[in-house]
Amino acid sequence: MKKYFEATYDKLPLAGVIEEAGNAQGYETGSWGTFRPVFHEEICIHCMFCWVYCPDTAIQVEDGKVVGIDYVHCKGCEICSVECPTKPEKAITMEKK
Amino acid sequence: MTDTGKKMLEIRWHGRGGQGAVTASKVLAESAMSLGKQIQAFPEYGSERQGAPVKAFTRIADQRIRQHNQVTEPDVVIVLDPTLLDAVDVTEGLMENGTLIINTESSPAEIRQQMGLKGRTLYTVDATGISLRNLGKAIPNTPMIGALVGAMKLLDPKLVAEDFRVKFQGKFKDEIIEGNVQSILDASKEVRAE
Amino acid sequence: MPEQLALTGNEAVAHAMRQINPDVVAAYPITPQTSMMQKFADFVADGLVDSELVLVESEHSAMSATVGSQASGARSMTATAACGLALMWEILGIASAYRLPIVMPVVNRALSGPINIQGDHSDSMGTRDCGWIHIFSENAQEAYENTIMAMRIAEHPDVLTPAMVCLDGFIISHGVESVTIYKDNLVKKFVGEYQPHYTLLDAKHPITLGAMDFSDFYFEHKVSQLDGYNNSHSVILDVGSEFKKTFGGGECYEFFEAHKMDDAEYAVVVLGSTAGSTRMVVDDLRAQGVKAGMLKIRVFRPFPYEEIARLLAPLKGCAVLDRSIAYGGDGGPVHIEVRSALYGQSPVPVMLNYIYGLGGKPIEPEHIHSAFKDIQEAVATGNVKRRVGYLNLTE
Repeated sequence: MKKYFEATYDKLPLAGVIEEAGNAQGYETGSWGTFRPVFHEEICIHCMFCWVYCPDTAIQVEDGKVVGIDYVHCKGCEICSVECPTKPEKAITMEKK
Repeated sequence: MTDTGKKMLEIRWHGRGGQGAVTASKVLAESAMSLGKQIQAFPEYGSERQGAPVKAFTRIADQRIRQHNQVTEPDVVIVLDPTLLDAVDVTEGLMENGTLIINTESSPAEIRQQMGLKGRTLYTVDATGISLRNLGKAIPNTPMIGALVGAMKLLDPKLVAEDFRVKFQGKFKDEIIEGNVQSILDASKEVRAE
Repeated sequence: MPEQLALTGNEAVAHAMRQINPDVVAAYPITPQTSMMQKFADFVADGLVDSELVLVESEHSAMSATVGSQASGARSMTATAACGLALMWEILGIASAYRLPIVMPVVNRALSGPINIQGDHSDSMGTRDCGWIHIFSENAQEAYENTIMAMRIAEHPDVLTPAMVCLDGFIISHGVESVTIYKDNLVKKFVGEYQPHYTLLDAKHPITLGAMDFSDFYFEHKVSQLDGYNNSHSVILDVGSEFKKTFGGGECYEFFEAHKMDDAEYAVVVLGSTAGSTRMVVDDLRAQGVKAGMLKIRVFRPFPYEEIARLLAPLKGCAVLDRSIAYGGDGGPVHIEVRSALYGQSPVPVMLNYIYGLGGKPIEPEHIHSAFKDIQEAVATGNVKRRVGYLNLTE
């Protein structure tokens, strides 16, 4: 992405195209939130709701099971925690950084 | 090439929506083009409705036709439906030495009297009768093309008829095409001068 | 041998589309464009083209479908008129910003309201700042040829900008004229294969098109778009001269046709089908000893400012004919451009503007004669009675 910020207008790719796939990987938004989600493995039922809803693909999954949260990209939007269906305790709770 | 001394022949067609005035204006233009003339054909632009009075125009010339203004002073006016004589002024803009060709069973003398027509060269032809005879239907447009080329010695009716046959081959049934071809030829002979 | 056919303007353009054989065509009917797509649909049904004909539910969708398929790398076309073009407005800017070289015939028709289906230029003039190239056609032959040339201009790698081919509603779209249709294989060769700069279907090189673009890049992207647009200036001339060389046609292949302008003292500036009658009036006036000329503008966008200034500055007087109104502006849009082109020239001609032909109001030789008479009078007396007037208005 750096190349775009350093280019003059006439050196940018045509039509506002972003030529690199998966470039959100390089955009680190992990410092944004005041709160961050904390994963409680013992409560999780691995329904994958958090994985589906997360706008930053910050839910880490291995072999079909949630294993943790990518704090480099997690903005702390809280949607994972809101959508987590476990009761009475949620498998993802928000905690102050 | 025309009596009015213009280098271009301008024809106005009067019909009712569905009678084929617009098609006639185009078919004549296509024939004239096939026979080496420069052409233009266009309808009066509006919302066409079945039965409403419609106008269409054909321009024929030896030189390329570049203007796109309306035909306001036609050399020839062709009326596909005699009931239009009471509904619209078919002589509008038609010069003293212009030509009027009307689809009617009446003679030119009777029509001249009925219209109170002064000047102009008048022809009549029973295009509806010719169409009924050859096609079993009242489609007066192709006979009126025949009447025009026959009366004005504009193009050879045989060539126009043959051009029609070639153009419409495969688009209509053979008997429809032959009926139209016969109508063009018949009307070119049956058109009545004063 | 090229073929001589009696065709309406719409049919002639449909033949150009047949020869171009676009990958995708989106169609939605609107008078007076409808008969163009009907003819093209015939070609599809008869198997004469390979195009995927997409029947959409509105013009907004027609342009959206065209943008989508063009972005995927398919050569795509649609056609419209009047209110249909107005409904496309939002997507027109997207097509040009995404540098998608879509070619779209526009059959010029009055905008509602009051509702009217006949010809004027208010539809395409309403889109003049959408980043499209606007090429006007005087007759069916030009509409056919401009459609073919527009493809090459739009798709040129330095340009990549969509183009409208404008033809006057009914007067050209529905009038039958003798049209020379060039050989299919020659046209196909002239147009060539579309080489997309990007394609969304290239899985090996995935890209993002249409990302949010805030103040850090939006301005930069727009100026980059403008540079591409401006490159069309020389490409239009190159494609025109190559077309003339290839097909030997006799129409207008430059920015404009200058008819008897070499020693002209008075001229009328005009777009589209009215040029035919204007040329006739100019020839009449020449026969009477008046040094009259006509400037027929073929390319309205990009507007050929410098070339027009060179041509018009030496005149004593000129009248610009506009078939639309620029409300609140200085008369009509063509007049505004021509006046702007002449800024800084010295001396400048006396200039009058006439709005005419709105909603299909006839324009006859006598009206063009009256415009010439007014200019001569204004030059002779040094007194301009009315800078912006009207031809054939009941007033």
